[in-house]
Amino acid sequence: MKRSLPFLIIAAVAVLTVGAGALLYRAKERAIAGGGVIGPSTSEVGGEPLHVRGQPRAPVTLEEFGDFQCPPCGTAAGVIGKLEQDYGPRLRVVWRNFPLAMHAHALEAALAAEAAGLQGRFWEMHDLLYQNQAAWSEASDVRTFFNTYARSLGLDVERFAKDSTSDEVKARVVSDGEHGVSRGVKNTPTFFINDREVRTAFSPERLHEAIDAALAETTSKPFGANRGLPPAKIPPGEGRK
Amino acid sequence: MTGARSQIIFYTVAALIALAGLADAAYLTVTHLTGEDVVCGSGDCSVVFGSVYATVAGIPTAAFGALAYFAVFSSALLAAYGYTGARSFLTLAVAVMFGVTVWLLYVQAFILHAFCPFCLLSAALTFFLAGIIVATPSTTP
Repeated sequence: MKRSLPFLIIAAVAVLTVGAGALLYRAKERAIAGGGVIGPSTSEVGGEPLHVRGQPRAPVTLEEFGDFQCPPCGTAAGVIGKLEQDYGPRLRVVWRNFPLAMHAHALEAALAAEAAGLQGRFWEMHDLLYQNQAAWSEASDVRTFFNTYARSLGLDVERFAKDSTSDEVKARVVSDGEHGVSRGVKNTPTFFINDREVRTAFSPERLHEAIDAALAETTSKPFGANRGLPPAKIPPGEGRK
Repeated sequence: MTGARSQIIFYTVAALIALAGLADAAYLTVTHLTGEDVVCGSGDCSVVFGSVYATVAGIPTAAFGALAYFAVFSSALLAAYGYTGARSFLTLAVAVMFGVTVWLLYVQAFILHAFCPFCLLSAALTFFLAGIIVATPSTTP
């Protein structure tokens, strides 16, 4: 018995580690996808019109499913800004909401961005939310922060506050989330380049490689052609300045 | 205290440290696989886990760490139970981990300019393990 005891302990530790890891994985998956923000429903299209930055006919479309409170998404926002500079008219960026239940204020932030979008300032609010992510993420009353950002953008703050709680804006965010679920999105940031998921952990280098590969293989095919979707509609004020 | 008894104590401590390292690395592996943020307060974890150094051939680097800690735990336990062959393997495994840890610390300090506290904990545990291996008295008659 004594000779076999260490082997039994080793086997027990192996089983416990794998079992605990599997339980933790499932718990985290539930925490990420659960909580009522994004249900199991799916949407083929997602919220429209799309939030697009860049040239409508750019050969490469980088589509992000993001969460305004997720720190890697904040890092990604800076990286994407740099990519837009590097690739210029060859790259356009599409944003989709995927607020995770694990982030207390992610849904409110998504609603604020969409409410700003109704006044034509989605991207400006998107950028402000990420630039100030650390400040509002820990706040108890995030609406005060968002109203301040809306004011700094010259929005009609009263309308902004009302829109932030409207069914229209909520439906838009939920539709984006359900669209993400239909495309297999589980966490943020998740990127698609010309409809193809970048299947690796987020890294600037990997995005560069994927964009270069897409540039090498693509012609000026409009985004959505692969899925039979129309080219993105860019509402006034949403295009890149 | 005899040399043999000291050895048992040292190897047992090494096994316990390896268990702590295993828990740390397993947590990081699961977190990486789910894509969840690593909760570390400063946000630097996002930089570290979003970098190219976070995976090797598509496999989370932390998973290799978990395997290494499990190997160290197993060999330390076997060494404590008197399996002399396990001692050489333990020394070799800790030496490799020490080298990889130094490299990963270099990456965090000079390439990424960001530190992940969970990685620093793992580094501390590895250095501790290395210290124990060096300090373990050799077999005396």
